[in-house]
Amino acid sequence: MADFVSGFWNVYVMGLVALSLLFCVFILITNMTKRPQKVELHGHVWDETLQEYNNPLPKWWLYLFWITIIFAVVYLAIYPGFGNKQGMYNWSSIGQYETEMAKAEERYGPIFNQYLEQDLMAVAANPEANAMGQRMFLTYCAQCHGSAATGARGFPNLTDAEWNWGGEPDTIKTTIMGGRMGVMPPFGPALGGEGVKDVANYVRSLSGLAHDSLRAQRGKELFDQQCVACHQADGTGNPMLGAPNLTNDSWLYGSSEATIIETITNGRQNQMPAFGEFLGEAKVHILSAYVLSLSKGQ
Amino acid sequence: MNSTAPQPQPAGAPEPQDQDTFYAARKKLQVRSTTGVFATWRWALVWFTQLLYYGLPWLQWNDRQAVLFHLTERKFYVFGWVFWPQDVFYLAILLIISAYALFFFTAIAGRLWCGYACPQTVYTEIFMWIEEKIEGDRNARIKLDKSPLNARKLGLRGTKYAIWALVALWTGFTFVAYFSPVDELLQSAASFSFGPWELFWILFYGAFTYLFAGHLREQVCKYMCPYARFQGVMFDPDTLVITYDEDRGEPRGARKKGSDYKAAGKGDCIDCGICVQVCPTGIDIRQGLQYECIGCAACIDACDQVMDKMQYPRGLIRYSTENAMKKHWGMREILVHVMRPRTLVYGGILAAFCVALAWGLATRSTLRVDIIRDRASLATELSDGNIQNVYRLQVMNMTEAPRSFDLRVTGMDGAEIRGETRVDVPAATTQAVTLQVVVPPSSGRPGANHLYFEVNATDDASVAAREETTFLMPH
Repeated sequence: MADFVSGFWNVYVMGLVALSLLFCVFILITNMTKRPQKVELHGHVWDETLQEYNNPLPKWWLYLFWITIIFAVVYLAIYPGFGNKQGMYNWSSIGQYETEMAKAEERYGPIFNQYLEQDLMAVAANPEANAMGQRMFLTYCAQCHGSAATGARGFPNLTDAEWNWGGEPDTIKTTIMGGRMGVMPPFGPALGGEGVKDVANYVRSLSGLAHDSLRAQRGKELFDQQCVACHQADGTGNPMLGAPNLTNDSWLYGSSEATIIETITNGRQNQMPAFGEFLGEAKVHILSAYVLSLSKGQ
Repeated sequence: MNSTAPQPQPAGAPEPQDQDTFYAARKKLQVRSTTGVFATWRWALVWFTQLLYYGLPWLQWNDRQAVLFHLTERKFYVFGWVFWPQDVFYLAILLIISAYALFFFTAIAGRLWCGYACPQTVYTEIFMWIEEKIEGDRNARIKLDKSPLNARKLGLRGTKYAIWALVALWTGFTFVAYFSPVDELLQSAASFSFGPWELFWILFYGAFTYLFAGHLREQVCKYMCPYARFQGVMFDPDTLVITYDEDRGEPRGARKKGSDYKAAGKGDCIDCGICVQVCPTGIDIRQGLQYECIGCAACIDACDQVMDKMQYPRGLIRYSTENAMKKHWGMREILVHVMRPRTLVYGGILAAFCVALAWGLATRSTLRVDIIRDRASLATELSDGNIQNVYRLQVMNMTEAPRSFDLRVTGMDGAEIRGETRVDVPAATTQAVTLQVVVPPSSGRPGANHLYFEVNATDDASVAAREETTFLMPH
């Protein structure tokens, strides 16, 4: 692990460390062999009457100084710190971290792994696994999806029956393992301002929201040209692409006309990060089961 | 000392030192033991503090150790109380009380803490008692120091060190017993299977007890202790300190008992040097107040005995104040001056904090609720048009019995909790609950609204908490 781009700095640091230590030794020795001093008051006066003597230090205090120097040498021999030298035991903070992680894996791994063989639906019905799942959810997922998993603007609600990417157990696991990229391209240039407004009204009509029926009629034609590729002819979306169902009352960004216009004009970019690498399959398995258990009531 | 009077011979006059160095070699002190009023006081405090220290871990309370600072559980058990990290406030008050008690007593009578109650003094006293029992009195010990190493010296020294080590190890063991249940610790001791940290702390605390009380002694007070350095600041001319009555004692000198020494122009001090021999820091109190003086009053006890033998009045060395010495006050005058702004302010603050602590402990609630709003999802519009905010409640049951709590929200019209409103919290644990609070859009203003969570124990109406949080309404 070379921190230095050239060998010079390594030597430079070693020299500095060695010089500092030698300087400490030099100071100590010269002070040990100094002429005796008369014990007298220093000239400085605090608080009107407070003065200080230059009494000698006790001898054992001197040994403490030597001990610190010896400590420094021993420390530099054992731990990294002397230029690029690794120290006797090749200790490093990343090494310590990995050792501790390995230890933790050895200890807690079996607890997580015991569910890996079981079917996700079975794990979802296991209260103990769900308690673990909830704790992990609060650690890794609650930042976006909320601690009640009800989502937020731009982050899906996981407690309802609506799934942009599909709600089958294995699909949920795939989502968490590999993450998802949801991209809706911008249609502002293709449709023009009026066109976007027409489509927005048509989209609102799909789920029975208030809309301008004339605009919605015009919008349907545009929708059939531009949008059906992903959202299907009936607007029910396509879980293969993560294209949302436009006919229900679950909205990722909001259902007001203005919001929908913005969505169509500029498109949306949405990303769920992948957790497979980071958490490992066993933990994701438990998490998937927990997410499943949240929406089972629906 | 805050006096403008010409100082007598500079206090703490230098000892002769090595000829070529900044560092002074330590002179070994052999302290003569003493008896008397103040020695009795000190021993009483030794017994009191050490019975407390060695005894507390063995007391039981409700099937657990009465006093246990359980670091891994993050709970401090003190008799009927269970303190949580959230109660660190009480620790702060306790430390403030300790500090003001130190200020208060120091302002009145100097280094009372050092002389009578400090562990350094107490353990040194115990270790010196052991030393005296094994090696004999001061003269015998000085002789032993000078004698060449022979079987007798080796035997005495070995026995002394061994007993010291046992006492020190027991002290270390007791220290750890405050943090690690003592019954488990005993089993570990029987099979010598301590955990690594237990073993470390037993040895660490034991080693330092042995080193400080056995070998370093006055060096700790003179060169290590920060208290020693700043207690002088709390002295004023009306502080009771150990004082040699120079007017009465000087000129000192030896004399025959019963001789008319006044005619010979001598003072009451017979220059026997016993006050120096009994001093645990090895100073001569007759040079005036010095920073090394820990206010142990051993020299008072010793000198009073000598005065009795000589049939002179007691009190050649006594507790007195700078003003009293200057103005020749009696005890009544000194006592009048105990009441002065400094002591009244210290005492008042001390009393106030003691009352505050007692009041705080008496009215301490055994239920605490912390509310954490979800940060990412500010407010969610539900499909039915209502507005939802998500909260996580940490419900802490600080008692040692399981409890159930009912949750309610107030403060906004039509606010209701979606989800479980009954929380069961096991004994002495924290239960986290996630709650969705739903409010009709007509209620509250856009932005932050006040919302209150009310938590009530199902079995005891007096255990309740009301916590404020904000409910966000979208614009």
